Amino acid sequence: MIHTPHVDWFAISTVLVLLGGSFIALLSAVLVPGAWRRTVSVSVAAAAATGGIVTSVWLYVDSANGGRVIADSFYRDRWTALTQVILCATTLATVLVGAERVRQHESEFFALLLASAAGMTFFVGSANLMVMFLSLEWFSIALYVLCAIDYDLEGSLEAGLKYLVVGSFGSAALLFGSALVYGATNRIGFAEIAQSVATHGLSGDLLLVLGLAMILAGLAFKSSSAPFHMWTPDVYQGAPTTVTAFMSSATKVAAFALTFRVIRTAFPQEAHLWTWALAGIAVASLVIGNLAALVQTDVKRLLAYSSISHAGFILIGVSAGTALGGRALMYYLVPYSAMAFGSFAIVAARERELGTAVTLENLAGFGWERPFLGVAMWFFMFGFAGLPLGGGFVGKFYVLSAAYDHGWTWLVIVGVLATLVSLYYYLGVVRAIYMRGPELAVAAGGSPPRETLLHVAVGSALVVSVGSLIAVGPLITLARHAASALPF
Amino acid sequence: MTTSSITSVLIWLPIAGALAIWILPLSRYATGSLAVLVSLVEVGFWIEQAARFDFARSGLQFSERTPWIKDLHVSYHVGEYGFSLWLAGLTVVVMAACIGYGFWVGRDRPRAYFGLMLMLTGATVGVFVAQDLLLFYAFFEAMLIPLYVLVGVWGGANRIGATLKLLLYTMAGSLVMLAAIIVYGLKVGTFDLVDSPPSASRWLFLGFMLAFAIKAPLFPFHGWLPDAYREAPPEVTAVLSGVVAKAATYGMLRIALTKFPEPSSYYRTVVLALGAAALVYGSVLAFRAIDFRGVVAYSSMAQSGLITIGLFSGTNLGFDGAVLQMVAHGLISASLFLIAGTVERRTTTGDFARLGGMAKGRPALATLLMTVGIISLAVPGSAAFAGEFLILAGAYQRAWWWAAIGAAGIVLAAMYVLRLISAALHEARGPVVHDEALDLRPGELALVVPLVAALLVLSAWPAGISHHSFAGDAPVNAVYEQFR
Repeated sequence: MIHTPHVDWFAISTVLVLLGGSFIALLSAVLVPGAWRRTVSVSVAAAAATGGIVTSVWLYVDSANGGRVIADSFYRDRWTALTQVILCATTLATVLVGAERVRQHESEFFALLLASAAGMTFFVGSANLMVMFLSLEWFSIALYVLCAIDYDLEGSLEAGLKYLVVGSFGSAALLFGSALVYGATNRIGFAEIAQSVATHGLSGDLLLVLGLAMILAGLAFKSSSAPFHMWTPDVYQGAPTTVTAFMSSATKVAAFALTFRVIRTAFPQEAHLWTWALAGIAVASLVIGNLAALVQTDVKRLLAYSSISHAGFILIGVSAGTALGGRALMYYLVPYSAMAFGSFAIVAARERELGTAVTLENLAGFGWERPFLGVAMWFFMFGFAGLPLGGGFVGKFYVLSAAYDHGWTWLVIVGVLATLVSLYYYLGVVRAIYMRGPELAVAAGGSPPRETLLHVAVGSALVVSVGSLIAVGPLITLARHAASALPF
Repeated sequence: MTTSSITSVLIWLPIAGALAIWILPLSRYATGSLAVLVSLVEVGFWIEQAARFDFARSGLQFSERTPWIKDLHVSYHVGEYGFSLWLAGLTVVVMAACIGYGFWVGRDRPRAYFGLMLMLTGATVGVFVAQDLLLFYAFFEAMLIPLYVLVGVWGGANRIGATLKLLLYTMAGSLVMLAAIIVYGLKVGTFDLVDSPPSASRWLFLGFMLAFAIKAPLFPFHGWLPDAYREAPPEVTAVLSGVVAKAATYGMLRIALTKFPEPSSYYRTVVLALGAAALVYGSVLAFRAIDFRGVVAYSSMAQSGLITIGLFSGTNLGFDGAVLQMVAHGLISASLFLIAGTVERRTTTGDFARLGGMAKGRPALATLLMTVGIISLAVPGSAAFAGEFLILAGAYQRAWWWAAIGAAGIVLAAMYVLRLISAALHEARGPVVHDEALDLRPGELALVVPLVAALLVLSAWPAGISHHSFAGDAPVNAVYEQFR
């Protein structure tokens, strides 16, 4: 008889809910008649995402003294739960935007979306190298297909293929790094790795350091931090905009939350190495993301580079590696994911209206034609730039404080300079939607589609991004509790 | 409602008004009326507050404090000292006149326009009453958000370049200030302006001063000024120079001087030299400017320089004079820019080469422009004279040559103001001045006359401000001890 470990089903309930939703949505492709398919799969997906929010909030409340479950392979703690809440909320918003947008393969789209969300919620709780790699592949493969799902669209298939090739390279790096770490320590559990390094005095061991470097590189591929960002602009541009919105927010949230857990839990002895490595990646992301964004005219590409630069800002907090850095990271992810999602959703609305790629040129007049979306974009752009029109302001303040607290005034200055550069292109978007003369406005032809659900999604993103400025206190308390699950 | 929450009302009432205007689908007329109404209620609240203010008492009044970011010791802390009260008052009065002006000229896209103007009101009041560094910074930046759109959408032909310069210049300064705030706040363990101890760090002082010197602007940092002041709609320029620029000099007083006493005396000569350069260079540029707004724009730079001299003289008289001059010049430049707007509306231009002879048949315009002009060139008995005299006397106590430079600036002021008056009102009638260009209408008078009336009151009783800005008889002690 095979010995099976005790399974804490509740700990993985979020994953199960999303996965169950994914199966039902997929079945509906076969069992539900075409006329009903969209309604059914959208409802199932929305229900699953909402269920995921409920279970992960419940888990957050119920996991004050978190620990590992299921043969020590999964963390049931507040760090996992809070990240899952953000991921499920992003998924729900994606479902809302996708509901009016996905024209074919509806069931498959929502099944894949839920599957990838399930993978991410599993990924952020992983407690050993094996689970980490498996769940990374799990959500990545779903995303590869999602990118290419509009295969009759120019760019979509290319995006899928590019993401597949480059993403596999990242996964390979991660896997190889894991193997090296296992080779050095003979352990796969994060906590055991740290223990083994401590007892055998492996700190600085070549295999271990190489393995750590490759794991960080593999995770940086997923969070699209420079210099591992090459796929980002092309994939973000080519993928269906709904998918881009999901990737730019959810994938980053998952990747950063796990990166922080790995470095804190598995490699605390190598802090002197990863803190510099991550600071280097942060600076590279800030420089490359911001400078490249300056010259973009395609809005999706511009936002893609902006997401790279924000990876840099988030990494400023991560690289500090302190409890303050953890709080800064968790806080930053909330307004960031709302703003990233919201801005891509708005691009999606404009794209549908024009039937062509959105550039700074053909955004002209958008703010006056669709006042709500225009105002929302105005908020998101100023929020991205760190002006006090949303939580992005406090987020930047927080990560820079974490850097200073870590003793890195130079990183504060780099962050400040990067913000200054970023102003140029964020203001460029605001300029495009409000300040161009009518001679540049593009005739949209007829009244725009109503898109109630998209408005709801953008509205919620707006509420989260502005609300996180006002409700800093409660959010920080949540983030503090989440970060206290990690060893410092 | 307790009396302390009036300060918060002053910040959030206009912002709530802005939200209401954005959300409610009101007509053009109703939108404008609502905005004017909100701005007048705002003035009413300020008068209520001024009436209750105890000028004899030192320390913060009408204060309110709630934790905002607990683990970094940031709080929502607002409150007023005497001088904050006057600057908040300047803001609400000037904003009410400017919102009224926008209503009068009928700006298109009224909901966006009036919402932004109200948002700007709230943010600017916030700067003057914030007692927490991060909150101060947030409001300081928040002023830029509506300004960017106001200039960029309703401005003149070259507005795009002007907005870009305005934003990049001022943000460059204020981001350096953000870095300084983070370092200072984490080092002393609190971001509270009342609780935090003074610091001796020269780098931090320079970080703050850079932001203020760009915003004021002082001499080498004024690159954004001519474009922004020319391209913005006249009432927005009035706000920019009358109120927003005062946020910079206010910041010097409230933060740079009080929190960095040692560095501010170390760099005193440098800052005084920059102020003197701004005064002289700005005055010369104003004298050479070819248009109405150019003269007023550069004269604002000159006045910022003079106020800086008063503040960094570090003397009782200098502080009193600086606060008085901030208010007086705020009113002067707001009225002058509004008058410039009325002239431009009648003639399509502010270009002196094509203006002239407007006094004939337009007595109201001529009288108002003359009155404001005479006050602004600091004729004895005027509010500006009182302010400048105090500043010069303070500067003289520091060293006689600073007073000499300041006096030279005042002579130059007489030159450029008289040139402005004669080029617009007198001389031969310009080619764009037609008989159809009527005198000021009652609506315009209703906007400018209250500002001028306030100036006349101040001229009659400058001590109303200069003796009621700092509790006690010695502002220097107040600045260096009381506000810690």
